[in-house]
Amino acid sequence: MNSFSLLKVNEINKNFGGIQAVHQVSFILEKGEILGIIGPNGSGKTTLVNMITGFIKPTSGEIVYKGRNITNMTPQKIVSLGIARTFQMVRPFYQLPAFKNIVVTLCSPRVKGLVGGRYGDFDAIALDLLEEVGFERESFTAYKPASTLPQGHLKRLELAKTIALQPDLLILDELFSGLSLAEVAGIVPIIEKIREQGRTVIMIEHRLKELFRLADRMIVLNYGMKIAEGSKEIMESEVVKKAYLGAEA
Amino acid sequence: MEKRRERIDRGVKARAVGIFTLWSWREMIFVSGPRLLMILALAFLPVILDDYLRKVLLSVALYALLGISWSLMAQCGMISLGQSLFFGIGGYLSGIMNHYWGWPVYFTIPIATLWGGFLGTLILLPTLRLRGVYFAMLTLMIPLIITRIIEATRIFGGTEGLHGLSSFGLVWEVFLLYLMLAALVISLFGCMRLMDSNFGLVIKAIHDNDRSVISSGIYLNWYKTRALFIASCMGAFCGAFMTHIYRFVGMPAFSLDYCIMPLAANVVGGFGNFAGSVLGAFIIVPISEFLRGVGGLRIAFYGLFLVIFSITLPEGLFNFLERKYNQFEHYVTVEK
Repeated sequence: MNSFSLLKVNEINKNFGGIQAVHQVSFILEKGEILGIIGPNGSGKTTLVNMITGFIKPTSGEIVYKGRNITNMTPQKIVSLGIARTFQMVRPFYQLPAFKNIVVTLCSPRVKGLVGGRYGDFDAIALDLLEEVGFERESFTAYKPASTLPQGHLKRLELAKTIALQPDLLILDELFSGLSLAEVAGIVPIIEKIREQGRTVIMIEHRLKELFRLADRMIVLNYGMKIAEGSKEIMESEVVKKAYLGAEA
Repeated sequence: MEKRRERIDRGVKARAVGIFTLWSWREMIFVSGPRLLMILALAFLPVILDDYLRKVLLSVALYALLGISWSLMAQCGMISLGQSLFFGIGGYLSGIMNHYWGWPVYFTIPIATLWGGFLGTLILLPTLRLRGVYFAMLTLMIPLIITRIIEATRIFGGTEGLHGLSSFGLVWEVFLLYLMLAALVISLFGCMRLMDSNFGLVIKAIHDNDRSVISSGIYLNWYKTRALFIASCMGAFCGAFMTHIYRFVGMPAFSLDYCIMPLAANVVGGFGNFAGSVLGAFIIVPISEFLRGVGGLRIAFYGLFLVIFSITLPEGLFNFLERKYNQFEHYVTVEK
């Protein structure tokens, strides 16, 4: 193991009652990488993310981030160390205007701990961030309540919320699902820009075509187990085909 | 062809409220008018009213203040059925300080307010992780438990309570009413200001979706605790103040009245709005007073009124009035 890796996941397990949601999964994430996690429905992808971000405690195993064991830390502590996530089902604050959603995130201790994070006009910073993810300033979409926004904008909002935390590791849980091709094409450059800034990204995706364009490396999960790892050629391998298409294929 | 109602924001509202720039007297009056009107009404009412109505106004102000404290907690997602906890703690604290230690009124009320707020927060601290119905149930039970403890252990006068506490000793009793109204106005505008700040923003966000707030790295309980402390202080102030008005504190300080009335005031006035709780208290408290003439059927009439109100105007009176004030409606014909 390279001691300089950003994130090391070491043989983690998670049981929900008798069901083994994640079984002995290990992987290493290097700085500046985009890692894709794929797998059929119910294969434990989101559970894995929930464990890395501290929302669920693993039954066994350990997660090491920047040389620190974060396995049993609270989600807030993990965010303050620089791991931010989006949710598969968007979770905006529906009654607030879109830009106020970002202001809530800017009140986070993580942002306050950054250089200059305590200062400045939060509203203006939020509006700038939203413009960065594609809320056109001329259309005043950023001022509308989040409940009136279409799905594509909600996903962008969710992404902007994680960017506002200026994390070192972003975990995007099915960011592209439910979006049209044009909307996805609008978000892809944003993620490329995030990578250029030297941030690391974990993407959970079902939209494989878009994922292959972005990701450097892929992990395939099935029934909670890691069945393959590598570049996009792994999709050609027999185990992965079997997991996706069923035993008979 | 069909006629349909259309609502449009008044131009003055769009300019004055959305962009926060006031250009003319008309806009300034539009924004500040209703507020000034309320303050003026509260300033003149004690002078106009007779002795009995002044007592009613005092209890209106009391329940309005408790209603604001309820609303602050509700806007944070803490639906409380036990506002009497704060009232009782404040009342008992000031009663104890006055009865056992002989401290004067002007010391006991501020100290009881702060320490009551602190104690109330401390008692509810373990319940903060609960949400919705579970939190509501616990808040309802805690005051009941405390009354049983007082009854069984006979502390602080037991069922008799503490009698003969010192009064304010003022020549003009109307000054007390003004004190209560001032507390009401300060809490009302203070809480509105608070909810407009970033703190209030996070509070609203917690109510909306707490998982998402956690994923921003924000500690929910720290925000909830602070909101609870403010709400608790308001309740404790009410309790301490009324204790010295009645010159008595006892188990009735934890009675169900102080749980239900703030909630009812919010139902009538409208949720998510501090002005709504004040308006609600101004409607339900006088009604419950004037229904005393009906005798035994009072509660039945009162309950019926609440049922009718919450069915016909579920958004609450204040939200309804606010909408009428900010928007105008007209009929447009639409193709079917």
